[in-house]
Amino acid sequence: MTALLHVEKVGKRFGGFVALQDIDLEVQPGERLGLIGPNGSGKSTLVNCICGTLRNEQGSVSFGGAAMDGLTAHQRTRLGLARSFQLPRPFGSLTLAENLRIPILYAVNARGERTLSGAAIDARCLELLGQVGLADKARQMPRDLTQIEMRKLELARAMAADPKLLISDEAMAGLSHAEVDEILALLIRLNGQGVTVIMIEHIMRAVMAFSQRLAVLVAGRKIADGDPKAVVREPEVVRAYLGE
Amino acid sequence: MASLVAKDAEREAPRGLGHVAFILVMVAVAAVVFMITRSIGNSYAFFAAYVVVQYMVLGTAWNILGGYTGYVNFGVTAFFAIGAYSTVVLHKLTPWMPLPAMILIGGVMAALVGLGTGYLTLRLRGVFFSIATLALAVVVQTLITNWDFVGGARGAYVMRPRIAPLIGGDYIQYLFLVMLGLCVIALATARAIERSALGYGFAAIRDDEAAAEASGVPTLGLKLIATALSGGFMGMAGAPLPYYVTYLDPSSGFSLNYAVNAIAMPLIGGTSSWLGPIVGAILVGGLQEYIRVTISSAVNVLVAGVLMVAFVILAPQGIVGLFQRKKR
Amino acid sequence: MDASADLLINALISGLLLGGFYAAVSVGVAISFGMLDIVNIAHPAVILLGSYVAFIGNTVFGIDPILATVITLPVFYLLGMVAYQVYYVAFERRDDQSLRGLSFFFGILFIAEVGLILSFGVDYRSVQAWYVSGNLNLGIIELPWRLLVPFLLGMAMVVGLQLYLSRTFIGRAIQAVAQDQQALRLMAANPTKIKRIAFGLSFATAALGGAALIIIQPVEPSIGREYIGRVFAICVLGGLGSFPGMMIAAVTLGIVENLTATFFGPSWAPAVAFGVLLVTLAVRPSGILGR
Repeated sequence: MTALLHVEKVGKRFGGFVALQDIDLEVQPGERLGLIGPNGSGKSTLVNCICGTLRNEQGSVSFGGAAMDGLTAHQRTRLGLARSFQLPRPFGSLTLAENLRIPILYAVNARGERTLSGAAIDARCLELLGQVGLADKARQMPRDLTQIEMRKLELARAMAADPKLLISDEAMAGLSHAEVDEILALLIRLNGQGVTVIMIEHIMRAVMAFSQRLAVLVAGRKIADGDPKAVVREPEVVRAYLGE
Repeated sequence: MASLVAKDAEREAPRGLGHVAFILVMVAVAAVVFMITRSIGNSYAFFAAYVVVQYMVLGTAWNILGGYTGYVNFGVTAFFAIGAYSTVVLHKLTPWMPLPAMILIGGVMAALVGLGTGYLTLRLRGVFFSIATLALAVVVQTLITNWDFVGGARGAYVMRPRIAPLIGGDYIQYLFLVMLGLCVIALATARAIERSALGYGFAAIRDDEAAAEASGVPTLGLKLIATALSGGFMGMAGAPLPYYVTYLDPSSGFSLNYAVNAIAMPLIGGTSSWLGPIVGAILVGGLQEYIRVTISSAVNVLVAGVLMVAFVILAPQGIVGLFQRKKR
Repeated sequence: MDASADLLINALISGLLLGGFYAAVSVGVAISFGMLDIVNIAHPAVILLGSYVAFIGNTVFGIDPILATVITLPVFYLLGMVAYQVYYVAFERRDDQSLRGLSFFFGILFIAEVGLILSFGVDYRSVQAWYVSGNLNLGIIELPWRLLVPFLLGMAMVVGLQLYLSRTFIGRAIQAVAQDQQALRLMAANPTKIKRIAFGLSFATAALGGAALIIIQPVEPSIGREYIGRVFAICVLGGLGSFPGMMIAAVTLGIVENLTATFFGPSWAPAVAFGVLLVTLAVRPSGILGR
């Protein structure tokens, strides 16, 4: 089986600070991967390098067998790589339905596999909002939403691009116990529909429930990758999280 | 943001007039305006009305970039003057060329300059683009001032034909008619953008560029389209100017008034739809003409600046926004 | 000595002096844009206001032009604080800096220019002082006092501000305010208050820069616009917020402009700043000292 996402020896520096070093990562089609690490360990930087928001100086990223180096973020989205942002970044002057319209117009339609227009777009927006439980707010503005609704909109917008791989960047931070379960169920349901998911999260309960495989970043290096239950028992991981 | 909710309703339910119907209505309105101006029977009415319609085009042009994508172009005078001076050149080289062709060429020149400036600076944060456009106005002025072929600092005289082609009467009538036509084209373009995928892409850029990229929006390409369109229309608005003033020198062609008016009118009228710049131009332009006649021409230029500052502080949604909020 | 070599040396020296003056007018933007991330394009209007204060003090009350602006510094400082407060309430808090905040300053620039035209007309105004004419003779080179005094004033301002920013609590807070508001709150400093102080300082430096300007050349209300390109070119080229970078950039621009004026004619000089700005933005947006 060929990997859907293949990250090879990726390195990224900010001035003299090494944010990522020699990162190797493979994600198989349909897999649910958890990615954890302490604050500042480079998780978001890795996401940004994979998605093209940042350029990695070293190494390469390939997706679906094709190298993506040099591609812009929007080109990668069109290839089927979608992400949600750690802090939700909705389009503030557009309604919820219109927020989802953007990736439909610019990712799905631009991809050319299928072209939605007029009523079909509206229907698809409502369908996606329905999947995250926001259908009745389609005409509202993002600033009227609660925290969890904002996270759901963020995920719905990522889903609207019809991705093969979804990277969820700390979609649960700051949510209540019940809300975490809601997002968790949502992501597992998406995976059930055939979408490969990388979940970046601090909430270990959610990560353990979600992940089929777990990778750990510490100080810009990947120190563990494998079965979640085994990984969290590895001495190096324990040390990184609990200190010496 | 009530305005946008209202606009959304307009977008999704019955989409209002189709593009062709809108253009026909606009042409009819322009025809009525022209007939009314003609019925007044003196050329002052044409001179005054020309200025207002010229600002409608300038304001609409500015809004395509500023209002829709959120990138502020302070170099309005540069684009406007490129159009004007391209006509000065064409008038000397090919005096037989019909005015609409000159306008088209002036527009293309300005669009190319917009494209170049945008290509160099639009990868950076928006403020750098704004600062670059401010400086662009100075450099284009310097170039023109040092270019003897177009009169340099002394300025250039452009003889206005006596009789208007096609419609007869004074040439100013023809200038006004051409500007009205340009205005219809600019408005139809702006409205078509708002309702198209392009308009949604622009809005996404305005709201959050990183999120727009992540949603598949080619932000640099779209910004360049907006800059070229916006600059092009500014150039077109400036192209007939030499025939209007008959004497053009750098300090009048690059007057800061053009830039302030072009920015103030959309901000006062409202930046979220094509209607805003029109409302702003009628209000501010009309007020300015009134003050120019009744008080003084020195005070009249202050109006746009003061109103703009007042509106951006007190009513950021502009008049259209205020009205739509009340309606809701 | 060969005539063109003589011209070259003179252009280099007066370019260097001009650079010191450019630092005086740009240092306020290095604070507002570089440290506070506020794009105050009305800064040149404040500079001109300073020039006219110097003009009034000089012609009406007969005092030294620099002293005249020094006396009014508290007024400019307060004006800056008020300007920031308006900016904060109307734009920064609404997160609307880029469209309406910029337009706000543009409107202020225009209103100030028209206001000055209405009050003083479009004639060139100048000041009287011993250093407006005459030279300092140093053997083979002659330094015009008219350039030397603004140069020294600019140097004194930059050095003084650098000391203030690096040695005092508020100074350090100003340098941190754009990067890390959270840390600032932990230090029990209110970011809005810090920014207000810094913006007041920026206005005060503009007033002094205005005195320097009217010493170097007679002023009229619209010349402020020429300085928009200059001050922002200098700040961007210098790497935002870095005083040493700004000094290098200011001197570079001064010399290049002077060489351009000497060898191509003074009417080309205004375009130099734009060229420098565009090339910097296109090639090295982090500035010469940027990483």
